[in-house]
Amino acid sequence: MIAFENVAYNYGGGELLSEVSLKLAPGSFHFLTGPSGSGKSTFLKLCYGELLPTAGRLTLFDREVRGLNRDEIARIRGRMGIVHQDCQFLDHLPMAANVALPATVTGREAPMQDLADLMGWVGLADVMQAMPPHLSGGERQRAALARAIIMSPEVVLADEPTGNLDWDMSLRLLQLLIELNRMGKTILIATHDLNLIRTAKQQVAARVLRIAKRRVQLAGADL
Amino acid sequence: MRRIIARLRPFLAAEGHRDNVVPPSGHTAWLTTFTAGAMTFLAVFALALSLAASRMADRWEGALARTATIRISAPPDQIELQTRAVLDLLATTPGIASARRIERAESLALLEPWFGPDLPLDALPLPQLVELTETEAGYDTTGLRLRLSAEAPGAVLDDHTRWRRPLVLAAERLNLLGLVSIGLIATAMGAMIVLAANASLAANAQVIRVLRLVGARDSYIVRAFTRRFTRRAFLGALAGTAAGMAGIALLPAADAAGGFLTGLGFQGAGWLLPLLLPPAAALVAFFATRAAAFRKLKELT
Repeated sequence: MIAFENVAYNYGGGELLSEVSLKLAPGSFHFLTGPSGSGKSTFLKLCYGELLPTAGRLTLFDREVRGLNRDEIARIRGRMGIVHQDCQFLDHLPMAANVALPATVTGREAPMQDLADLMGWVGLADVMQAMPPHLSGGERQRAALARAIIMSPEVVLADEPTGNLDWDMSLRLLQLLIELNRMGKTILIATHDLNLIRTAKQQVAARVLRIAKRRVQLAGADL
Repeated sequence: MRRIIARLRPFLAAEGHRDNVVPPSGHTAWLTTFTAGAMTFLAVFALALSLAASRMADRWEGALARTATIRISAPPDQIELQTRAVLDLLATTPGIASARRIERAESLALLEPWFGPDLPLDALPLPQLVELTETEAGYDTTGLRLRLSAEAPGAVLDDHTRWRRPLVLAAERLNLLGLVSIGLIATAMGAMIVLAANASLAANAQVIRVLRLVGARDSYIVRAFTRRFTRRAFLGALAGTAAGMAGIALLPAADAAGGFLTGLGFQGAGWLLPLLLPPAAALVAFFATRAAAFRKLKELT
């Protein structure tokens, strides 16, 4: 599904990631950890084609990413759900329209009932018509998750999805992601919250990837 | 044309939820509408100028080309003889529809505005004038000149070519200037809309980022921006055209004394021509925004 073979990424001021080789199998659940600035967000951006590797071979859905044009990358993103760290929305559209955006941009109309059910599932049924600037950090995180999964993507990539949430809300969001994984979705969550990882590992066969010294390694059972 | 209209229709329809991903406000909104309105207003006048010049060129080329004058300068005792010889000659010349002697009183009336009523025009040795009108087929100018020199040595044929040609040329140039002006107006409008579209795309970098994050293709993003600018340009051009046509309608009616200026306007079906300007402005906006948006999205990659 997503395969790295000796991938490196260089920002221009030195190599941030090097010799990354791993595969995210369909239906797997991965956490990505590492200190701030270690390259977690960069790794995720490579996973959804926003950045291209400076060396090595990266394939997304069996397509070598460097050979893809912008439309093909857009098509691949249509098969992914991305929860970005800063949860950006279109501030002039109500939340319901924002959550339905992945459907809108592909020319499809998300059925209102499905949309309402989804927003109810993430606990946002009351704010469907609210404008994004009026939502709290937690509501925005959950809305970003709802937007990421509305098209039933094969992969969900989440960058610090619980960064703005209290523990209760973090657990609730984690439960949503575990539920999606049980539905067969591939999940990759970048986080530095070790409690969240421990909690998840009690419920799901999650593997932990750790970025250290520019390498991405499979972490042991010490977490 | 039908394909173009079908392609433009969704851009001109009321904005729907699906294409409402571009924020509706901002300076670029009124700038585009105002530019399209002002430019189309000017284009209406340029079009009116071009059409009026075209009519004038046709009139001068058509009506005046059918007439010619023969000037007979001869000693007083020869004038009448040569005039009769010229009239007889013209009566038998193929291509001449009619010929008439311009009476002395008529000649004096033509001169009076130039010399004033007090000058003793009667004392001037005026030449005798004969006006001729040719048929559709026309006559042989060289042959007529040769026959005149044989039959009436004092007669000179003036077919108005010398003074008619620069007038027709001037009218044709005015017509061309009008068309060039419309082209320049369209280019300037396109350039300003490109600037407005670039500003809008730069101001909405976050919108583009979000759209790309959720899997929007470039063509979708371009369509969202293009649709908005095309619609704004069309509405602005519609207002500009209406104002321009009202301005033309309020000009004084065509009058011989007023000359060219009072003839500046549309006649008959010509009033329909300005109605082509709003769709044309929409087309300019469509292609200008589309090119600018694709270029900008490439830069933002």
